[in-house]
Amino acid sequence: MTGLRTIVGLAVRSLWNRRATALLTIFSIAISVTLLLGVERVRTEARLSFANTISGTDLIVGARSGDLNLLLYSVFRIGNATNNITWQTYKDLAQRREVAWTIPLSLGDSHRGFRVLGTSADYYQHYRFAGDRTLQFTAGEPVADLFDAVIGADVARKLGYQAGQQVVIAHGLGALSFMNHDDKPFVIKGILKKTGTPVDRTVHVSLEAIEAIHADWQSGTRLRGQEISPEQVRGMDLTPRAITAVLIGLKSRAASFRLQRAVNEYPEEPLSAIIPGVALAQLWDLVGVVEIALLAISGFVVLGGLLGMLTAILTSLNERRREMAILRSVGARPWHIFGLLVSEAGLLATAGVALGFAMLYLLLAIAAPLIEERFGIFVALRPPGQWDLTIAGVVIGAALLMGVLPAWRAYRNALADGLTIRV
Amino acid sequence: MSVVALNDVNFSWRTGPPLLKISAFEVAAGERVFIRGPSGSGKSTLLGLIGGVLTAGSGTVRVLGESLGEIGAARRDALRVDRIGFIFQMFNLLPYLSVRDNVALPCQFSIRRRERATAGGIGVQAEAERLLRRLGLDDPALLDRRVTELSIGQQQRVAAARALIGQPELLIADEPTSSLDADARASFLELLMAECQTAGSAIVFVSHDRSLAARFDRQIDLLELNELARPRAA
Repeated sequence: MTGLRTIVGLAVRSLWNRRATALLTIFSIAISVTLLLGVERVRTEARLSFANTISGTDLIVGARSGDLNLLLYSVFRIGNATNNITWQTYKDLAQRREVAWTIPLSLGDSHRGFRVLGTSADYYQHYRFAGDRTLQFTAGEPVADLFDAVIGADVARKLGYQAGQQVVIAHGLGALSFMNHDDKPFVIKGILKKTGTPVDRTVHVSLEAIEAIHADWQSGTRLRGQEISPEQVRGMDLTPRAITAVLIGLKSRAASFRLQRAVNEYPEEPLSAIIPGVALAQLWDLVGVVEIALLAISGFVVLGGLLGMLTAILTSLNERRREMAILRSVGARPWHIFGLLVSEAGLLATAGVALGFAMLYLLLAIAAPLIEERFGIFVALRPPGQWDLTIAGVVIGAALLMGVLPAWRAYRNALADGLTIRV
Repeated sequence: MSVVALNDVNFSWRTGPPLLKISAFEVAAGERVFIRGPSGSGKSTLLGLIGGVLTAGSGTVRVLGESLGEIGAARRDALRVDRIGFIFQMFNLLPYLSVRDNVALPCQFSIRRRERATAGGIGVQAEAERLLRRLGLDDPALLDRRVTELSIGQQQRVAAARALIGQPELLIADEPTSSLDADARASFLELLMAECQTAGSAIVFVSHDRSLAARFDRQIDLLELNELARPRAA
C-alpha cells in the first residue's frame, strides 16, 4: 500500500507550515514531560544518594532526640544536635561485648561553609558507604598530628586546597564567621577521594583537636586574657569531655535491637539509638506523601499538555478542510486523512517528549551542583531508565489515542466534503 | 469503449428536491467535451457523480468500464485516484509543498499513476518537471519554490500538471480558467489540450465561458442535458 511514509512526510510538512502553533504545542508537552521526569529523577536520586551515604553502620547513638533528627545531623550534616553525649557514656558503649567498632563524631565548627568533624582514626578504617566502599585518599594520609586536617573532595576542589596548606577553622556553622580559631591553624594532611556523600563536604580533624581549639573558650567566646597557645595546649589533657554522636558497628547484626533498647534505657543520661535503615525508611514514609502528590500533579500537567495539543489540532481542523479536500482530490483515501491527523498528534508528542528529555538533562546539568551544595544530595546524570522510557511511551501512546478524535472528525469531514469544499 | 456513460440518471440529496436528471450522456476515449454550465445548472452534481463522490439515486453511471453504483467506496476511490485527474477552479495546491512535490503528489497515492509516470524510464520528479516544462513553466528555479509564491496563472498550470501526471484516461476540469485573463486563458487551454492529446486523455471541461468552446470536439449545454435545470434557469 502507499505508505505510512507518505502520510508522515505530509504531516511533517503540514506541521512545519504551521510551525508557530506546532512549536508552542511541542513546548508545552516538553515542559510537562520534563516536570514529570524531573520529579521522579530527583526522588530516586535523592533516595539513592541517602541510601549510599551510610552502610555497614548498625546503630547511631546520640543525645535523646527524634530519630530523623539524629540521622540527619549525624550522617547527612543537616540540622544540629540538640545535645551532646558525655565521653564516659561513649566509653561505656564502646566497651560493650557486642560492639565491634565505634566512630565518635563531634560536630559544631565549620570552615568556610563546610562542616568540621572531629573524629578518631576509626573513621578512616570503618566508615563505609555505597555498599562496601571505604574512604580512599587522593593525596596525603589520615590525621596524625593534633593540628592535622583531612578534607573531602568537594572542599579541596571548591576552595582549591592542596595537601600541606594551612587553614583556620571558624567557630559555629555560619559560612561567614567572625569568630575564628585563628590562633590555632590546621595543616591539611590528606584529601579524600570523591565519595558522592556528605563526606566530600567535610573537614575532618581529631577529637583532641576539637578539644584543643576550644580549650580557652567558654560559652561560645574566647576567654580574654587567658589565651592558650598551640604549644601550651599540646601539654594539656585533651581527652574529649563530650561528643555529638557515635556510629556503632556490631559483631552480629542480630544484636542491633537489643543494644538499641539498652541505649534508649541508658540510666546515666538520656540517649537515642537508631538503626540507619529503619530511620531512612521512616524518612521515606514521611516524604512519600509529598512525592506522590508531586507525581500526581506532574501527571496532570502532562495531561494538560496533551489536551492543549488536542485543542490545537481540533481548532485547526476547520481551516484545514480545504487541505483535506485537496488531498482527497489527488487520491488520498479517507484512511490517509485519518492517518495524517493521528501521525500529526504522534509527531507533536514525540517531538515534545524528545525536547522534554533534552530540557531535563539540561536542567539536571545546571541544577545538580546546586542541589549538591544546598542539600548534599548527589544527582547523577544517568541515561534514561525504564521509568523514563515508560513515560515517553505512555505520553506518545496517549497522544496517538487522543489523535483519533480529530482524525475521526477529519475522516467524516473528508467523506462529507468530497473533492470540493464550500467554505 | 466510452470513458463516461450516464443512463437515466437521477440525483437528489436525501432531503430535498430532485436536482439532476440526465437520460443519456457519453464521453468517448480521448474525446474533448465542453460543458457549458452556469451556476444552478447541476454542474457540481454532475462532476460529483462522474468522480464517484456522489451516488446516483437511480440509473447507471459507468466510468472507465466500472459501474459506480455497483462497486464499493474503496473501489470508487481507487478508480478516481488511478485513472482520473482533476483541475479545480481554485487550483487547490498544497501550500506547504514545493511546486515539484505538488505535481508528484498523485503518484504518492496511486501505484498505477506512478508506474505510468515513470514508464518512460524517468523518475516521478523528472516526469513532473517535464510536464511543468510542457505547460510553460520551464524556469528551474520555480520547481522548488513554494506554490504560494507563484502567480495565479502559474498556479493553474501547476494544478494542470498535477492532474496530468501518470496519464489518467479522464481529465475533469471545473472552471479552470476563470481566474485567468483572456490571453492566459487561451494559452493555458492550448497547452492543456496538447498535453492531453499526447497522453490520450479524454477531457470533460466545465465552464460558463462560451469563447473557449470552439476548441473542443463537442459542446454540451448543461441546461439542456439536465432536464431538471431548464425550468429553474428560466
